[in-house]
This record gives sequence, C-alpha cells and structure tokens, in this order.
Amino acid sequence: MSSASATTQPPARAGSVVTEGFAVRALLIGIAVVFLALFLVLPLVTVFIQAFAKGWSAYLAAFSEVDARSAIRLTLLTAAIAVPFNLVFGIMASWAIAKFEFRGKNLLVTLIDLPFSVSPVVSGLIYVLVFGAQGLLGPWLLEHDIQIIFAVPGIVLATIFVTFPFVARQLIPLMQEQGTAEEEAALTLGASGWHAFRTVTLPNIRWGLLYSVLLCNARAMGEFGAVSVVSGHIRGLTNTLPLHVEILYNEYNFVASFAVASLLAGLALVTLLVKSLLEWRFSAEIAAGARRH
Amino acid sequence: MAEPPLRPRRRFRQPSVIPGFGITFGYTLTCLGIIVLLPLAALVARASGLGLWGIWEVATDPRVASALRVSFGVSLLAALTASVFGFLIAWVLTRYRFPGRKIVDAVVDLPFALPTAVAGIALASLYAPNGLVGEQLAKLGIEAAYTPVGIYIAMVFIGLPFAVRTVQPLIEEIDKEIEEASATLGADRWHTLIKVVVPPLIPAVLTGFALAFARGVGEYGSIIFIAGNLPYVSEIAPLLIVIKLSEFDYGGACAIATIMLGISFVTLLAINLIQAWSRRRFGYV
Amino acid sequence: MTATMSSTPNARRLSRRRRVLALCAGSVGLVSAGLASALLTSGAAQAQTELLNVSYDPTRELYKEINAAFIEEWKAKTGETVTVRAAHGGSGSQARTVIDGIPADVVTLGIPSDIDAISRLSKKIPADWRTKLPNEGLPYTSTVVFLVRKGNPKGVKDWGDLVKPDVKVITPNPKTSAGGRWNFLAAWGYAYEKEGKNVDKANAFVGQLYKQVPVLDTGARGSTVTFAQRGLGDVLPTWENEAYLVFDEFGRDKFDVVVPPTSIYAEPPVALVDANVDKKGTRKQAEAYLQFLYTDKAQAIFAKHHYRPIKREAAKPEHLAQLPELKLFKIEDLQGNWDDIQKKNFDNGGLFDQLSKPPQ
Repeated sequence: MSSASATTQPPARAGSVVTEGFAVRALLIGIAVVFLALFLVLPLVTVFIQAFAKGWSAYLAAFSEVDARSAIRLTLLTAAIAVPFNLVFGIMASWAIAKFEFRGKNLLVTLIDLPFSVSPVVSGLIYVLVFGAQGLLGPWLLEHDIQIIFAVPGIVLATIFVTFPFVARQLIPLMQEQGTAEEEAALTLGASGWHAFRTVTLPNIRWGLLYSVLLCNARAMGEFGAVSVVSGHIRGLTNTLPLHVEILYNEYNFVASFAVASLLAGLALVTLLVKSLLEWRFSAEIAAGARRH
Repeated sequence: MAEPPLRPRRRFRQPSVIPGFGITFGYTLTCLGIIVLLPLAALVARASGLGLWGIWEVATDPRVASALRVSFGVSLLAALTASVFGFLIAWVLTRYRFPGRKIVDAVVDLPFALPTAVAGIALASLYAPNGLVGEQLAKLGIEAAYTPVGIYIAMVFIGLPFAVRTVQPLIEEIDKEIEEASATLGADRWHTLIKVVVPPLIPAVLTGFALAFARGVGEYGSIIFIAGNLPYVSEIAPLLIVIKLSEFDYGGACAIATIMLGISFVTLLAINLIQAWSRRRFGYV
Repeated sequence: MTATMSSTPNARRLSRRRRVLALCAGSVGLVSAGLASALLTSGAAQAQTELLNVSYDPTRELYKEINAAFIEEWKAKTGETVTVRAAHGGSGSQARTVIDGIPADVVTLGIPSDIDAISRLSKKIPADWRTKLPNEGLPYTSTVVFLVRKGNPKGVKDWGDLVKPDVKVITPNPKTSAGGRWNFLAAWGYAYEKEGKNVDKANAFVGQLYKQVPVLDTGARGSTVTFAQRGLGDVLPTWENEAYLVFDEFGRDKFDVVVPPTSIYAEPPVALVDANVDKKGTRKQAEAYLQFLYTDKAQAIFAKHHYRPIKREAAKPEHLAQLPELKLFKIEDLQGNWDDIQKKNFDNGGLFDQLSKPPQ
C-alpha cells in the first residue's frame, strides 16, 4: 500500500495503516477541541462578555479615565524600551552563540534561559534587593536622588528581565541551522562583517526575528507579577495596564476592569493572528526556533 | 563547522573567519551580567546571610513547607495533565485534517499571549460558584475556584502550550514509512503506536512536561485571583514570598525565592540532560 | 579578534570593526536614552509639587474626594497647584514599599504597627510620630461590623455566632491586611471579655473562627470581592466603611449590615514621612495636607464615606446617623502597647501562626 510520502499529507483514507479508525479520530479531535474550548477559549470569551456587559458606552468610559490613559502610556513606553533592548541583545547573543564555537556555551545558554523559569515574583524581588532603599545600591541611589524601584526604570528593568530570553532563544537555533557558510562566502568576497550580517544573515532570520519580537512584546505588555512587586501602584504614575486591571477589579468596577482586560486580550489575539500568518507563510524558518516556545 | 584546532593546546574559542565574536560575546555577557546575574546574586547573597541552616529552617517551617508542597504538587499534576492532553492535541493537529484545524492550532498559543492577570480574572469569574462553569461544577459537588482545584486549572492553562509545542514538530517529522513497516510486519495500530511511534517522542514530552512544570511552580498572576490563598491548603509559594515581604521578613522571602530559584535551575538542567540523552539515543532533540 | 583573514586590508578591517562598534554603541545608546528619558519623566514629575499618599486598601474612594478638596483648598489659599497621587494596597505591603524607598510624602495606613514598622526599619518616620498630630495621628477612627446575605439567613447577630458550625466566614489574611488584623483582634477581644478575661479561651475562640474561613485574601478588598461578587461565605466581618460601600455598590437588596453589640475601636493612623518630604522639599505642602484631614471639610467627607470623624459636629447629621452606636473596646486596654500586640499575635510564630497550624 502506498501512502503519501510527505509527512504532513493527510492520510489517504480511513482504515489506512498509518492512522486510526474514523471513530477514534473523531473522538480524539472531539476531546482536543472540547478541552481547548473549555480551558483556553472560554476564559477569553468571558473577558469580552464581561467587558460589554453594560454596553458600549460603559465599555468606552473605561478608557476615558485619566488613570487608564496613563496606564496605557506607561505600558507602551515600557514595551518601547524593553522590546528593542531584547531585540539587540537577542541578535548579539545569537550571533556569538550560533556562529562561534567556544567553551561554556551550554552554561551561557542555560543562563540566558533562566528568566523563563524564574517565578515572576522572584524577578521583581531581585530588583528590590538591588535597587530598593534597603538594597545593595539603595544608599548610593538615594544619595544621588535616583529613583529606580517604584518608578518607570524599575518597571522597565523587571520587564526586560522576564522577556530576556525571548528573542535570543528563537534566533539561536535558527542561526545555528543556517551555519556559517554563507557568511564566510560573503566575507571572502570582501564584504565587511556588518555588511555580511545585513545582507546575508538578516534576510535569513527576519521572519523568525519578527515572530520572536511579537511574542516578546505580548509578554512585555502583559507582565503582572514582576511589575507588581516593583511598581508601588502609584496611580497615574507607575500603574501598567495589567496592574490597572487588578485595581479596577478591586474597586468593584468589573466592567471597566474587563474592558481594560479586553484591550490586552485584543492585543493577544492580534499577536496570535500575526504569529499564525507568519507560521503559515514561513513555517520552515520559524520551526527551527519554535520548539522552545 | 569550523576547522579543527591547529594547535593541540585547548583554547577558549575555535578560530573562525566570522568577525564580531569579541563584541557580541562581550555585549551578551554584559547584558546578562547586569540584567540577570547581578540581581540574582543579590538574592543569593541576601539568603546566604541566613546560612544554609537558616534556609533549611525557613523551608521546613510548616507553612512554607506546605506552600512549597502545594506549588510543586499541584504543578506536577497540572504539568501531567497538560502533557497528556498536550500530546493528544499535538497529535490531532499534525495527523488529522478537519475544518477549523488552523484556528485550533492558533488557539493553543493563547496562554503565551494573554497576560496572566487577564487570565486570572477571567478564570476566577468562570469557575466561581456563581460563574458559568463553576455553577455546573457546584451541582456536581466540585468546588473549583478558591481551592487547589482552581490553582490546578490556572496551571493547566499556562502550561498547555509548552506541552503541545514541544511535541508537535517531532510528530510532524515522524517518518510514516516506519509505521508502514511496522504494520507490514504484522503489528496492529495500537502496537505500532506504543512500540514504534511513541518512544522517540518521549524526550520531547518530558521537555514539555518540565517546561510546563517550571512555569506552573513560579506562576503568580493568574493563580492569586482564583486560589483561595488559604495557608496550608491553597497558598502557593510565590504568594508566600509576597506575604513575607509585606511582613517585612526579607530574609524569609529571600530564602523561599532561593529555594524556588534552585528548583528552576534543576528543572532547566533536567531539560538539558533530557535533550542531551535524546541526542545520543535518537539523534535529535 | 579576527586574526586569520590576511587578504583583508587592515584599514578595511578597522572600518568594519568601527561599524560593529557603532552598532553596539547605537544600541546601548538607544537603551540608555530610553532609560534616561524614563528617569527624566519620573524626575520631572517630581519637580512639580506633587504629593504621594501611600494608603491602605479600602480608602480609594475616600482619598479621591479628600485629595480633590485639598487641591482646591490649597490653590485658594496659596495659589499653588499641587497634585496628590495615591497608591493603595494591603497596609503591610504598602508599608513595605515605603521601607523600600517609594517617595511617599504621607502615609495613611490601616493600623499603627505598620507605621511603627516603617519607623523601625527605615528611620524615615520618627519613633514618636504619634505625638506629631492631633489625636495620636488619627483624623478618624472606624470599627468592624458584619456584612451578611440579605435577610441574614444564618442569623448572625454577634461575634459568637461566627463560630456556629454551619457559618462560613470571609476575612483577609491578618499577616498582610490591616483589616484582617482588626478582625482578628476584635474577635479575640470579644471572647476575652465574654470568657471572663481568660486568654486560653479567647485564643481557642479565634482559632475556631479561622477554621471556618474558606478563603483568606491578602487584602480587605480581595475579601469583599470574594464575598460580594463571587458569592462565597455567609458573613464578612469588615471595616464599617467597607461594609457600607458594598451595601451601596452592590445593592441593598442583596446584603444586610449587621452591627454587633460590641466591637473594636479601630485606629487607622496617618503620618508624615519626614525623610522624604525634606528630600523632596514638600514638607510645607505635606504638613498642610495632613492638617487638612483635621479640618471640618475633611471631617465631613470622612463621615460621608462611613468613617468615624473625630469632630462629630463637622459632619452632616444624616451621615452621622449612619454610624450606629455600639460599645467599642480598645485593644491596647486588653493587650498592652502596639509592639506587644503585633509581636504576640501576628509576627512569625505568633498567635495567628499557632492557631493556623495544619489540621492534625
């Protein structure tokens, strides 16, 4: 019996030796869909239902508030600093790690990975321990009148920490897979290193790069635990959108809370949409790095 | 890739024509040092002020021990659930064609993109006794929100994509000829799956399990809204860090944080070992 | 670094290296510019006269109104426009942010021991802060009452009813919440008086009470949401102001407020953060802000929000009518000074920890 050779081809027909019977398939699909609907889709739908529970005007009112606007501004500012930082870091790190062989590479990769598995609360706590008034640099900062914790820099630092591995982890396997032959060829032809990167490496990784920036951004805008520890919750000053959601929720302002939450959920949906589009069009390129995410 | 070292002396870096090692490596180390290592060192330094015995005392304090137990126990269960259903979902998504498959595929990543606080309030309002799902569960006598079940639900939510996405690409890569061969040799479908298809996937399943577990242990935002936060019952370790902080007990907070950090390290190490083993055993990650 | 390419002219390599350097410098510059602008914006915000009031959980609505009134009054008096920012959270975590360096000008917290902690751990507030303002730093007081489901189906009338076998109590964690601590102390004080000043029996009563708590939120607000929105529990002992707020917000058709015959004299104090105001140069405005809390205008606002003003004559009669008469006891009279109260009950290994030992 000859089955399709490509691995992703659909099975030829029911009863084929490389698939399960129709009933089993239907059952498994059913379980998967119901499970996802119950665990993932329903919460998302809830956000929008609750947000529009009292109609459009109540929904929009949530965003006309001064505190909501400043939360939106702060969230955008934070992402605007954290994402480019991690973008540059990711490119630098993946270049060093993927294009060269050196000792201790595994350790370096593990350390870059570490923020993935550190609890967000711990991520916030460590910055308090360094920059807080009782912390390592606290007295010095106090003397020079620099406020890091409970101000924008602290929030940005905590956000950079939690999104630290996103770009690097995506690009390292991608660059590794592509090897160094193309760059070496370019260099032999007299291109400068920067030129080789721009004309040879970058085109090879750009979709993977975009993809990782997208996820990095979603996480940066949505981080709660770490930012909550370093924010100080000053209204109009150090509240990001996720913190604003919590505040509104605690003020019995559920419609406004879910309205702001729906903004973040909308961001998540756009992220997923663009991400899926990228995956469908450039699947081969992205797949190399996707395993980690 | 690069040519073998010319001199027998072992060197830090193998020579290469590619430029930019010094600058990128230096930049990487600097960033890593400032953003990750220095703050983590501050944590460990603070905790080491207590001494090993002090950390041990904090860890064995009944309330801390029980919070760690809740975090780890529930996270294990949740990671197990996520792995089982994650495998099933990955299998369905790669092997079967059905309408809406691409949408289902995209939905899997939702917990990556949805902020944890949003997930938290949404789950809490769904699973509360007067919520959509909570009401049905209550009729069955199951209290979901404000019990360890709530923690479990939130952890499954955030862990699921890890479980799916680590296994999915490997299922895609499976060579169907092997399955055919197995069938030709007389194995039934069930046997083929158990004996031929699943074993090479085990490292990926384990990796997904470890990632989901690590995320679950540390998760805070989505859980605090839905957990009851009751000491000895539904209090998680990250929350206890926050509580210790508001009690001005920095030492205690740091001790718990250090313990959790150690576990993160061990988990990452385990993942790396699994992958190294898998490379040796199966030739790929 | 790149040693092997002899074909590349030196100058070329140099320029390449320079470019890479430029890239690096550029990226570092970008980030530091971003951080600097962030620093500047936060710095600039502090350059105007801006006061920061770090407060506890249930006072959100109260200080919205107080701040607006103060800004107006200060403008009329001096012509200066001030901004008053507020930060709210569990009283303990708020105190922690002050200790860790949040630039608070004034603190308005839920319980005296939290201000003591700031004073002890950061020295930013003098130890004798109670003497700096009238009435030991208390512009208003409060007490603990019960919020129950409409019609009071479990018949909760007094503290003793909270330990009836089928009653579920929602209260915040006394470790993190000032409201939680007042609830704890109120229950203890009730039992202590009732059992003829028997400490063991009072402890046992509180222990039994906390066995009937299904959810222990970190702040008073969390508990209210759990009780009112999520529908858990039969009774919510809470700040008087919080109970009436729910009563107004969620509808009087769903809940009843039950006032027990006796309850605790709850003292949410305010204080100036001396070290911060001197550093920021806002002492004048911050002191005026605290003094403002004792004016008739502010006192009337307290009463409106169901806090107990210390100048009853300043409040509107209809607001006073909403503050029921009940017998209030001071916990200091039963347990001594605040250092002892905090240590004995809530510190590590204190009474709460002993009582909440896991069920054997």
